[in-house]
Amino acid sequence: MDATVFERIPERLAGLTAAPAVAHGILVVEIDAARLLEVARVLKDEFGFDMLSDLTAVDWPAREPRFDVVWHFYSTRHFGRVRVKTRVALADPTVDTLTTLYGSAGFMERECHEMYGIVFRGNGDLRPILLYEGFEGHPLRKDYPKHREQPLVPYRDVKP
Amino acid sequence: MSLPPLDKLPNPIRPAFTESSQEGSVIVNIGPSHPATHGTIQIVAELSGERVLRTDVHCGYLHRGFEKECESHTWHNLIPYVDRLNYCSALINDFAYCEAVEKLMGIEITPRCRYLRTLLAEYSRIADHLTCIAAALMELGAMTAFLYLVTIRDYIYEHIADLTGARVTYSFGRIGGLAHDLPAGWLKRLGEILDEMDTFTGRVHGLVDRNRIFIDRMRNVGVLSTAEAVNWGFTGPVLRSTGAARDLRKDTPYLAYAELDFEVPVGIKGDNYDRYYVRMREIDESAHMIRQLVDMLPEGPLCVDDRRCTFPDKPLVYSEIESLINHFKLVMEGPQVPPGEVYSAHEGANGELGFYLVSVGGGVPWKVHCRAPSFVHMGGAHRMLDGYQLADVVPTFGSINMIGGECDR
Repeated sequence: MDATVFERIPERLAGLTAAPAVAHGILVVEIDAARLLEVARVLKDEFGFDMLSDLTAVDWPAREPRFDVVWHFYSTRHFGRVRVKTRVALADPTVDTLTTLYGSAGFMERECHEMYGIVFRGNGDLRPILLYEGFEGHPLRKDYPKHREQPLVPYRDVKP
Repeated sequence: MSLPPLDKLPNPIRPAFTESSQEGSVIVNIGPSHPATHGTIQIVAELSGERVLRTDVHCGYLHRGFEKECESHTWHNLIPYVDRLNYCSALINDFAYCEAVEKLMGIEITPRCRYLRTLLAEYSRIADHLTCIAAALMELGAMTAFLYLVTIRDYIYEHIADLTGARVTYSFGRIGGLAHDLPAGWLKRLGEILDEMDTFTGRVHGLVDRNRIFIDRMRNVGVLSTAEAVNWGFTGPVLRSTGAARDLRKDTPYLAYAELDFEVPVGIKGDNYDRYYVRMREIDESAHMIRQLVDMLPEGPLCVDDRRCTFPDKPLVYSEIESLINHFKLVMEGPQVPPGEVYSAHEGANGELGFYLVSVGGGVPWKVHCRAPSFVHMGGAHRMLDGYQLADVVPTFGSINMIGGECDR
């Protein structure tokens, strides 16, 4: 990997983010949710992060704002990885969609939406993907009970 | 409660389109349980005659709440769960997960464990590729080639069962090591199987590589360009089939890959034929790596000597109080993982297999997220299906090698 990338990114993003740090070989960039598209464009166009590997969220019920939304970018040119994190509140869990920049964002945003209720502004296709139509709640939130069942087809009685 | 009539059952999905976009086209539903798709997947397709105009891929029929379940078990207890993600190469999942936890704990595994994990990961990759190619060929009617490849796969399954006690889901990885060392004679049998495999894959090459029917079905079908593959997050053999030599084993070496001599096979144009050929060549490369690893395998301890994760020897548990307490704490509370977060990616048989772990300290994870190649690939599958014939859906889908266990989690 080109080690200078991790030095140049913080310089370029100065003002957009608090001090980035390298943790376990990944540059961690914490940003304001409103700056997401801007930062993603810089990463993609100027630093060669051409693949969105992963997108998920983390729920911190005791914290305000409650959710972390976490993107992992990878470069197929210099093999660096960047983790972009932002915080959103339960009252307005909205971030911009990255489907305009990365095709792979489509399925990942659908999954993150159904599991955590994060809304991706500009993504018109947030249908359920692993769950089914009509599923209530967001199961990966910490306040969703693990044992709650919502069978789409009612259970059948089994005669003893 | 009695079951409602079949036509009153709710539809679990909402298709992206329900109206024809042009005169005379029809919308058909393929799956989720269809004999020609291995894997429970539903494809809603708009057809003009036999031609696929657009598709809407639905997954999730194998969703079982893997990530939710992980949040209420100890770090060690998750190993059987990660086994069930990609169940064609479960050992790769084990090692990717264990390495992510080891990174959080700051553990460096022993040399013997490092080489042995590399060897077993490559052995699993062979089994996975054999399964993929065998199933894809069978769906095209090549029953002989299927049997040749599955014969070898079964030798491998039985051989891994000698080591781990299970044929498919091994639970063999341990945080900081492996469950146990190789049984006597295991490496000798390994060499025999690899030699046998060369014979059988050679026969498959002879049967299909220049077979007119096979070429007509595979060449120029499901074509993907490198730029498109990267944009849609494709990794592994699918990305390499487009001509890009991108392989995490070479690009960001982990385990013992930096010390091995191997090539990254690539395709020419990213069609079904290239995906078949890249996988066949990767089998050869994996066998080449395993033969090197057998010679390099050092003696020495298998598990790290770290009381935070490694279980004490059984005789000690029964004879001294410290080991008894250690064992008890590891079982009841789990390995104590310091707070932090990590993303660790291995080159799985189908592509980048990543684990994103968040720990708040203690024996139970706060969050476990699996970046599953199959799930990401399903997001871009329509790029390979649209514009081709309905009959091409089957080989194209087979060449992606979607594994429901990791796609739906």
